[in-house]
Amino acid sequence: MRGIGGLLCKGYLCLVLVFLYLPIAVMMAMAFNRSALYELPMQFDTKWFVALAQNEKLLQASLNSVLIAIANTIIATALGTMAALAFHRHRFRGRTLLQLLLFPPITIPWLIIGTSMLVLFFWIGIGRGLHAILLGHVALSLPYVIVVVGARLKSFGETLEEAAATLGASPWQTFWRVSLPVMAPGIVAAALFAFAVSFDQFQISRFLAPPGVSTLPVVIYSAIRQGYTPEINAISTVIIVVSMGLMLLVARFYRFGGER
Amino acid sequence: MSVVDVIQVSKRYDKVAALDDVSLTFGDGEFFGLLGPSGSGKTTLLRSIAGFVEPDTGDIRFDGKAVRDTPVHRREIGMVFQNYALFPHMTVFDNIAFGLSVRGAATADIRERVMAMLGLVRLSGLEERRPRQLSGGQQQRVALARALVTKPRVLLLDEPLGALDKRLRQQMQIELKQIQREVGITTIFVTHDQEEALTLSDRIAIFNEGRVVQVGAPHAVYERPLTAFAASFLGDANFFSGVVASGQRGLGAVQMADGAVIYTRDSLPELGASVTVAVRPEKLAFATGAASASADAPSNRLTGVVTQAVYSGSSISYRVDAGTEVLVFAQNRTAQPIEPGTPILLEWDPIHSVVVGS
Repeated sequence: MRGIGGLLCKGYLCLVLVFLYLPIAVMMAMAFNRSALYELPMQFDTKWFVALAQNEKLLQASLNSVLIAIANTIIATALGTMAALAFHRHRFRGRTLLQLLLFPPITIPWLIIGTSMLVLFFWIGIGRGLHAILLGHVALSLPYVIVVVGARLKSFGETLEEAAATLGASPWQTFWRVSLPVMAPGIVAAALFAFAVSFDQFQISRFLAPPGVSTLPVVIYSAIRQGYTPEINAISTVIIVVSMGLMLLVARFYRFGGER
Repeated sequence: MSVVDVIQVSKRYDKVAALDDVSLTFGDGEFFGLLGPSGSGKTTLLRSIAGFVEPDTGDIRFDGKAVRDTPVHRREIGMVFQNYALFPHMTVFDNIAFGLSVRGAATADIRERVMAMLGLVRLSGLEERRPRQLSGGQQQRVALARALVTKPRVLLLDEPLGALDKRLRQQMQIELKQIQREVGITTIFVTHDQEEALTLSDRIAIFNEGRVVQVGAPHAVYERPLTAFAASFLGDANFFSGVVASGQRGLGAVQMADGAVIYTRDSLPELGASVTVAVRPEKLAFATGAASASADAPSNRLTGVVTQAVYSGSSISYRVDAGTEVLVFAQNRTAQPIEPGTPILLEWDPIHSVVVGS
């Protein structure tokens, strides 16, 4: 009985891993396959990476994506952390309403948000461009940051800051020596979220990108429509390796969610 | 000499008075307990002294100087929170050193004083641990050491032992009192545990609905409660209501509705006035047949029937039907509880009949 149960559990685990990681593994393998048509047996070749290095459009889009993601991470994390602190410390009129308003943007389909942003941005004269994309991404990332940092703050209550004050720490000293270090794991997690939200973002970027300017997800989408080349596999492989490395680094520094 | 003066302080939240014209004086080196049910204002007063709550009216003075405009971090206080509020990202050493470090003390000086504090709270050798690696009792000591290391003028304790189990709490009570004596610091603590208040305090203030009901030494407040609330909140009490039948100086008599008479040494209002008398359950004894009272030293006597006996080892508590229900705490001397249904005679000295209200 126990043997069968254990076997089923292991089988289930295998299925999860297969469906999550096999597509990625196949794609990474094909980035190194000579054939453009997924032909087997595999013949090892790095020619798609060479082609990628010469594909101006793809590289420019990647650069745009990375720059927007970094700018978005910095802005959204800073603003979101401040907002989370305000929610945590103060009881003000409309606080509950504001907190409830954080969640709809997470659940409303991005396609709809993208359309409405395009309409509004045109209407008030912001128009399209990298600045508009950044603005959209920041607005979209903020709720994630506030929720993640807020959850971290909640698990510590208000008394840590009060304790610091009774010990003679000024509000400024309390922030740097108590609040910020205590929030740090939450801030790092929130920053990762903000980066991912922006770097993954397709719908909003597509609507707000003017002709000729693009981000990586948008270019990949167009490329698939026009005819898929293994260069896409190559750039995807690069992205996966870099982002997984980043993730592991962070997880090593802060045992994720584990520290209390 | 007083260290902290609270002068006619009131604080309202919406329509509810959290503090209603409270005045208290805390003497140098005094261990002062604020006791009361939740919502009685004791915590609001403690937080007002700390500076987290701003009183609507009235003054709080440290060494005679009003502190209304002094923010928390400049009040030179030490505070221990109910959940200890230890900084989770710092070691025990850094937690205790925090107050000195934000004041810009020299590293060598900090080290010396933190080590001395660790010795005082018996935690030497644990300075590199993190708070989460400590037991509840150890965390409590770190919180105490952290609050004391800056040599504050007053130490504030908010239900300091509330999170500990009973045995540890009793042990920490003794230690807390020892440390407080050794340091000689004025200490104000909030508790809803009456036993803790009696054990630790030099003086107690009993709070109810934002007001101070009674202030005094533990034995004075316990033995001579001024009101029925004070009598029932601090310990247990039996209440007898009746009218003044004899106002004789030194020995008055109160006649209850069923005709029984309660004698008291307290002074009574005029004849015929209705009064309530409180008697502590442990002051009542079971009389053993023969009259033990002489004419010039009359004793209170009530007949009744035991309705319930609760055995708890060293003592036994009885419920007795004597017209009204009477609670009796008896030492377990005979190892033989009195069976329910047994008729008995209750007896107590009139000095233990305390008039708590008319």
